[in-house]
Amino acid sequence: MKTPMGQPLAIESLVNVPSPDAWRIVPSGDTCLIIQVAETFSLDANRRAAAIARQIEARRAQGVLVGITDVVPGMISVGVHYWPDAVPSTSGELPYRSLTRQLDEVLRTSSSDTAIGAAREIDIPVCYGGEFGPDLDEVAQACGLTPNEVIAGHTASPVDVLMLGFAPGHAYIGEFASSLTIPRRSTPRTRVAKGSIGLANRQSVIYPTDLPGGWNLIGRTPLSVFDLADTSPCLLQAGDRVRFVEITPDEFQALTGQPT
Amino acid sequence: MTLRVLKPGLACTFQDLGRSGYQHLGVPVNGAMDADAHRLANALVGNTPDRATLEITLQGPELVFQVGAVIAIAGADLGATLDGEPLRPLRAARVRPGAVLAFGKRINGARAYLAVRGGYVLNDTLGSASTYSRGAYGGFAGRPIRRDDVIGIASGFANPPRVMLPRDTAPHAADDAPIRVVAGREWALFDTASQAHFLSTPYRIENESERMGYRLSGEKIMLQAPADMLSEAVGFGTIQVPPSGQPIILMADRQTTGGYPKIAHVISVDLPRLAQKLPGEDIHFALVDLDQAQALSLAHSARFAQLEDAHGPH
Repeated sequence: MKTPMGQPLAIESLVNVPSPDAWRIVPSGDTCLIIQVAETFSLDANRRAAAIARQIEARRAQGVLVGITDVVPGMISVGVHYWPDAVPSTSGELPYRSLTRQLDEVLRTSSSDTAIGAAREIDIPVCYGGEFGPDLDEVAQACGLTPNEVIAGHTASPVDVLMLGFAPGHAYIGEFASSLTIPRRSTPRTRVAKGSIGLANRQSVIYPTDLPGGWNLIGRTPLSVFDLADTSPCLLQAGDRVRFVEITPDEFQALTGQPT
Repeated sequence: MTLRVLKPGLACTFQDLGRSGYQHLGVPVNGAMDADAHRLANALVGNTPDRATLEITLQGPELVFQVGAVIAIAGADLGATLDGEPLRPLRAARVRPGAVLAFGKRINGARAYLAVRGGYVLNDTLGSASTYSRGAYGGFAGRPIRRDDVIGIASGFANPPRVMLPRDTAPHAADDAPIRVVAGREWALFDTASQAHFLSTPYRIENESERMGYRLSGEKIMLQAPADMLSEAVGFGTIQVPPSGQPIILMADRQTTGGYPKIAHVISVDLPRLAQKLPGEDIHFALVDLDQAQALSLAHSARFAQLEDAHGPH
C-alpha cells in the first residue's frame, strides 16, 4: 500500500515511546486533527486506534482536553474534532498546537493498555440465507465453499468492530478468514432492509436502518443496533468484540419486536 | 403560540449549531450551512446561538403567525415581505397575530435564516434540533416543512433588542474573493500540475450540490500514483477527490468518515460564504497556512461572542 501520508512517522514520537505505541498527530483542516497510529492496515493498528480513542474519552470524562467535540475512530487513526476558540491556550499558542501538546502528553502518560474502558463482547444473533440473506448461495459459490461453510466461517470466532461510518450506527466488522474474501456487488441495491448482514472483503456490516448498499447480504439480525430514542443510541462502538450466532427463522421471528 | 405553513418553499429545514458528540457512531453533525447567518438571526431577536432557526434555501415559504412574535432574517436576501411590505434584512421586526411572512424574488445568496424570539418548539434528537432529512430525524418531523404544518413558538411579546451589527459581520453573499483553504492530508500525493490547477483555475458548483456536499467541475485533479486510502474522520469543508478527478466539498450533512484523498480543507471562517454560493457559480481557491486559518477563526469567534454577549437574553 502507498503511504497515505507521503512521509514517515514523526521522529519525535518514535524517540519518546516504544514503536508499537507510536502515533503521529497531523492537522485535518482548522477544526480537526488526526492521530495516525500506522501507515497500513492491521488488526493491531485498528485496536490501538480504538484504545487511543477510549483513552481520550476517559480523560475528557475527567474534565481535561477541553474544546474537543468528537473523537472518531477510523480504520487506523483517530479523528479529533474541536472548537478552536474553546481550546485553552497560553501566550498566543494556536489551538492546534495546544491540543496536540495536550494529546501527546495524555497518550504518553496513559497506559497503552487496550483494556481502558475495556472492549465489550456482544453476541449478534443472525438468521442466515433464505429471504434474510439472499446472496448467501452466490457468496458460497464465489468463495468455493458451501453455504454452511460460509456460515461456519462467519460465526467461527469473535471479530472486531473496526469503526462506524457511512450512516448512523453503521459498523464495519472484521476481519474474517481469507476464505471469505469477496468483492462488493457490482451494482448496489437501492434499499437494503434494516438488520441485514453484509459481507465483502473479509468484513461485515450491519445495516442499522433501511439504506442503499452494495454489500453481499448473507443474513439478518433481529437486533436493533441503532435507536435514536436511546441516549447511547448505538449497540456497537469501535473496539467492541462481536460474535455472530446462528439462529433459525423461528427464533428470528420470536426475537423480532422484543426488547433487546 | 404557533405559526402555520401556507406554502413550504424549497427544502426549508430547522437547523442549529449541529449534533456534536456522536460522530464516533456515524451520526452526521448537520446544523446550519451558514452558521454565521444562523447566529446573526438569533442575536437580532435576542436568542442564544444554540436556538434552532429555519434554514430557507433559494425559494422561501409562506408562513402565517397565529401569535405576535419578533423575527429576524439573516443570510441570503430572498425577497422577504411581511403582509406584503418588504422586510428589511438583518433587523428584528415585530409581527402581529395573523401576519403573513412571504418570500419573492431572490436578490442574492442561497440560504436565509429565520429566527423567532424565544425559539421554535422542537424536540431535540441526540442533543440537537437540527434536521437530518436523509435519516428522517431532528427538526420538525425529521423533514423539510410542508404545507399546513403547525410549528410552536416559545414566546412572542418581548420588545426586539436594539442590535447594532458591526460592519464586518454583514453577509458576504456577493463576495467573489477566493475561498481560502489549508492543505489537505494528501496534498503532497497529487501531481504538481493538479495542485497548480486547483489553486489557479475556477471550479464550478454542479447541480447535484446540496447540504451533503458541493460537487465541483473543472480541471481534473489527479494523484501522482494510485493510493490505497483507509477511511478516517472528515469535517465540514473537507475537499475530497474521487478517482474522477472532480473534487467534492463536504458540507453540513456530510458523512462522518471518508476514504477519498483530501487535497484541501476550506477554512472555517470561509464556510458561511461558500454556503451562500449556488450551483452554476464558479469558485476559486487560495491556500493559507493553518496558523493563519486559526488566527482568523479565533478573531471571528471573538467578534461573535461580543455580539452575542451584548445582545443575548437580558
